[in-house]
Amino acid sequence: MDHRLSTIAAISTPAGKGGISIVRISGPDALETASKVFRPKNGRDISSMKGYTAAFGTVHTAEGELIDQCVLLCFRAPRSYTGEDVAELQCHGGEAGIQAVLRAVLDCGAEPADRGEFTRRAFLNGRISLTEAEAVMEIVNAASAQGERAAASQAEGSLARRTQEYRDRILAVQTQIAAEIDFPEEDVDEADRDKLTEEVGNLAADLSSLIKRYDAGQKLLRGIPAAIVGSPNVGKSTILNLISGYEKAIVSPEAGTTRDIIEEQVTLGGITLMLADTAGIRENASGEVERIGIDRARNRLLRSSLILAVFDVSRPLEEDDLALIEELRGRQVLAVINKNDLPAVADTEYIKTVFPSCVEISAVEDRSLETLEKAVSEMAGITGFDTDSPLLANERQRNCAVRAFDALNEAAGALDRGYTLDVCYALLDEALSVLYELSGENVSEEVIDAVFRDFCVGK
Amino acid sequence: MFSYKSYDVAVIGAGHAGIEAALAAARLGCKTAVFTITLDAIGNMPCNPSIGGTGKGHLVMELDALGGEMGKAADATMLQSRMLNLAKGPAVHSLRVQSDRRAYHRYMKAALEAEPNLDIFQDEVIEIKTENGAVSGVRTSLGGDFPCKTAVICTGTYLGGKIFVGESVRHSGPDGVCPADRLTQNLVDLGLPIRRFKTGTPARVHSRSIDYSVLERQDGDENIVPFCFDRTEPLENTRCCWIAYTNEQTHEVIRRNLSRSPLYGGAIVGIGPRYCPSIEDKVVRFPDKKRHQLFIEPCGANTEEMYLQGMSSSLPLDVQYEMYRTIKGLEHVEIMRPAYAIEYDCCDPTELYATLQSKRIKGLFGAGQFNGTSGYEEAAVQGFVAGVNAAHTVLGREPFVLSRKEAYIGTLIDDLVTKGVNDPYRMMTSRCEYRLILRQDNADERMCEKGRALGLLTEEKYQVYLANHNALEKELEHIRHTVIHATDGINSMLTALGESPLAGGISADALLKRPNVRYSDLLPFLHPDGDAPSAKVQQKAEIEIKYEGYLKRQSALADKLSREDEMELPEGIDYKSIRGLRLEAADKLDRIRPASFGQAARISGVNPADLQVLSVWLAKHRSDKGRGSADDQ
Repeated sequence: MDHRLSTIAAISTPAGKGGISIVRISGPDALETASKVFRPKNGRDISSMKGYTAAFGTVHTAEGELIDQCVLLCFRAPRSYTGEDVAELQCHGGEAGIQAVLRAVLDCGAEPADRGEFTRRAFLNGRISLTEAEAVMEIVNAASAQGERAAASQAEGSLARRTQEYRDRILAVQTQIAAEIDFPEEDVDEADRDKLTEEVGNLAADLSSLIKRYDAGQKLLRGIPAAIVGSPNVGKSTILNLISGYEKAIVSPEAGTTRDIIEEQVTLGGITLMLADTAGIRENASGEVERIGIDRARNRLLRSSLILAVFDVSRPLEEDDLALIEELRGRQVLAVINKNDLPAVADTEYIKTVFPSCVEISAVEDRSLETLEKAVSEMAGITGFDTDSPLLANERQRNCAVRAFDALNEAAGALDRGYTLDVCYALLDEALSVLYELSGENVSEEVIDAVFRDFCVGK
Repeated sequence: MFSYKSYDVAVIGAGHAGIEAALAAARLGCKTAVFTITLDAIGNMPCNPSIGGTGKGHLVMELDALGGEMGKAADATMLQSRMLNLAKGPAVHSLRVQSDRRAYHRYMKAALEAEPNLDIFQDEVIEIKTENGAVSGVRTSLGGDFPCKTAVICTGTYLGGKIFVGESVRHSGPDGVCPADRLTQNLVDLGLPIRRFKTGTPARVHSRSIDYSVLERQDGDENIVPFCFDRTEPLENTRCCWIAYTNEQTHEVIRRNLSRSPLYGGAIVGIGPRYCPSIEDKVVRFPDKKRHQLFIEPCGANTEEMYLQGMSSSLPLDVQYEMYRTIKGLEHVEIMRPAYAIEYDCCDPTELYATLQSKRIKGLFGAGQFNGTSGYEEAAVQGFVAGVNAAHTVLGREPFVLSRKEAYIGTLIDDLVTKGVNDPYRMMTSRCEYRLILRQDNADERMCEKGRALGLLTEEKYQVYLANHNALEKELEHIRHTVIHATDGINSMLTALGESPLAGGISADALLKRPNVRYSDLLPFLHPDGDAPSAKVQQKAEIEIKYEGYLKRQSALADKLSREDEMELPEGIDYKSIRGLRLEAADKLDRIRPASFGQAARISGVNPADLQVLSVWLAKHRSDKGRGSADDQ
């Protein structure tokens, strides 16, 4: 609680799709934390940045995976909103991307900021007046009341039910252990150790899948990884521009120059795609540098859940086309046979036998977009890229779920390694209190209440 | 006109709380008086003739390491000793002994008599006198009028005591001692919210009327661990306990006579403890249970009275006979002291600060059952804390408060004053979130420095602690720096233990962390020259190493939360005037008056947003205060 001790982070722009989203990091380690996720283009050490300066670069996950391009703004204490060192990561708008940035920052050691905590720090450090702070606090409290009302809503309700279920299960185990330990002289039947281990393991697994589902959901929000491929001059750029809806200055590299993958978030048939232009793939790469670039592109292609493979109907399938068809066989592919306003020469029947989802369009015609949308939407309907919505709504909840998982996982491990019951007992306590935190409640004496309800103990 | 002696500290009651309060205050140099209705009930055990148990053993050991008396008396007067939960891990090992209750009484009476600063009176305190909202004296039923600066209420079940045996109801304390009937009204007049609790006790029966041949025998431990870490004289089990069971017939007798129970007939209004249900409660609440266990325990070395633990009741005498005699082994049982239920007055502990001082009346403290707890051990530790703080008030010293992460004592008192109680409160390991680090075996490590700083731990005892402490540190270093090499000797041992053999060298601490490896297995490798530390140090070292990861994890949690506990809230905050605080939170904060941010966070009904509002207010308060003092200069 001591505000000087922790470094906190939160998304400080309103939810929804704005042009820019900002993750604000505040506290003594703000710049250090930022340096773990942000890579400046100029390669300078950002921890030596002065206040009121900016750097351009990219932001990455804790594992080093690229998330987005980003501008880092540096503020030095006391000349910042909170009066502490502050780093702001300004990224492209979009809920999913910014959530991923926040996650990366939290993974690198920042704590999720409580509601109104930036304001509280601002006040504590004398940056804003009490009246201003109080006004914010009243809003904070109103928001919390609103949050409570929102908990009754269906989306939040299902998380509440799930949390309640996990709590009940931990409680059942805890009650048994507490009764055994606190009333050792009474004839409380001892829990079967194997069953106990199994249930704690199951709980850990359930928490883990809750977290995974959230992570998968976040990825989906960012967009289903998709790629557009094809031989040169089949019309990929035109199709990309058709989908993007405007003439985007697509980086048009000189052949054989290595580069990072260019991704673009597009919406097609109601589905958000993270569409990568992988034009760099070709068989006869020249030199090591290009080889690396192609490997990356190939890797990106492998990770794509949807591939738009583009073919030119006005010319026969060439060696590169056939190689591509072979490479993509069996993958989730929408074959796009382009230039159908020209006489058909290519063996479209062969393409259709390999790829059941196939459309014929002319990318220069706007109505082709509709055809593409319909096809992608149908594919989504058939294969259901992933329609489960995550139960966890934000990073704070995820943070709690991760801590609960960690405690349960430790408990399962302790049981497995033959540690005494007291260890498991303490770790389950920890998991239980984190789950209470998740739902914003105070830990109560539920375990003790349950012991007396369920066991005839006492002398 | 005769003028009565004036005191620094007046202790009302000489039960387990009163004894520790009086001794602590007197030993801190305060002129102290202890008042009791009869000197023959000093340190009485009106219920179980036993000290310790789960969670309670921890309390007694902490108290011992602070310089309290209970552990010494319990060791000196024990009949049988058992360490509970041995298989469930060191954190929950709990010591429990059967005590000779008369010997315990004599021990404690002598301890009080031996204290130079302490006067002992047989008289009933009927009034606490106040001036300007602070204690100024106590008045007794015999007309004694003693000026005093502080008073500690340790009235137990005597305050407004009322005993129920079936239809028979009389005003009485336990064991035929008069109740304290007049003080309650005075406390109500002083504005204390008084409530009514209830407890109960089983019958004491004549040993010769029990057929032991059909009962299960329960012996004490072979290796007895004393409560006092410095005790060197060996202890011996001289008595054993016995186990019996109720049966369907017993339950049928109870069910048939429920209407004659004052508990079910509505005569008793007090709230009873959940952990100490009467046999009627057990039968009613768990109708499917075919039998309930009871322990038959000796009450002393020189008495034939046996205590029927688990069979407390308020049923009429004839039903008690009928009920007990359905039990195998008790067919011809002769009751000596019938079972009874007892109602008594107590106060809502949220009326107290963590020092156990009243928020309304300066210099007034409470401890034990008066604060809504139950149990001798719970009473004793509160008596100690209240006695120390009463003395500190007089001496102008800092308050003495233990935190939740430091001690079971801290957890108990924080629970009382922060959450309050709905029924008589018993200590349990479940209540203690830091139980892995708050163990019996390290009670001395946790408490001795504090006891010494208070001035209540004797120098001899402190030196024993210090020697143990240094030996432990040395042994931990030794274990961490010893490399054990792969030899046939170690590898055949490891194989026999079901562990994989060593390929090269391994540090002894890593080896000790393996599930099947015990310290004793490594002893020959750690101390080949036979220079091993004491068994106690060996055990402590083993726990510290084996559980190291989990202990560190819990310490980190505790440290994180204790940062909040270190943020003090000033006295006298007008919570209702703080903008942005929800009404419910303001009400609760106003009533509980937490001493710290951490305590505020533990109050039910105070949410994180409220705490933020409070922290903003606090910062403003500090900066205003800072400006204020600057202006003064």
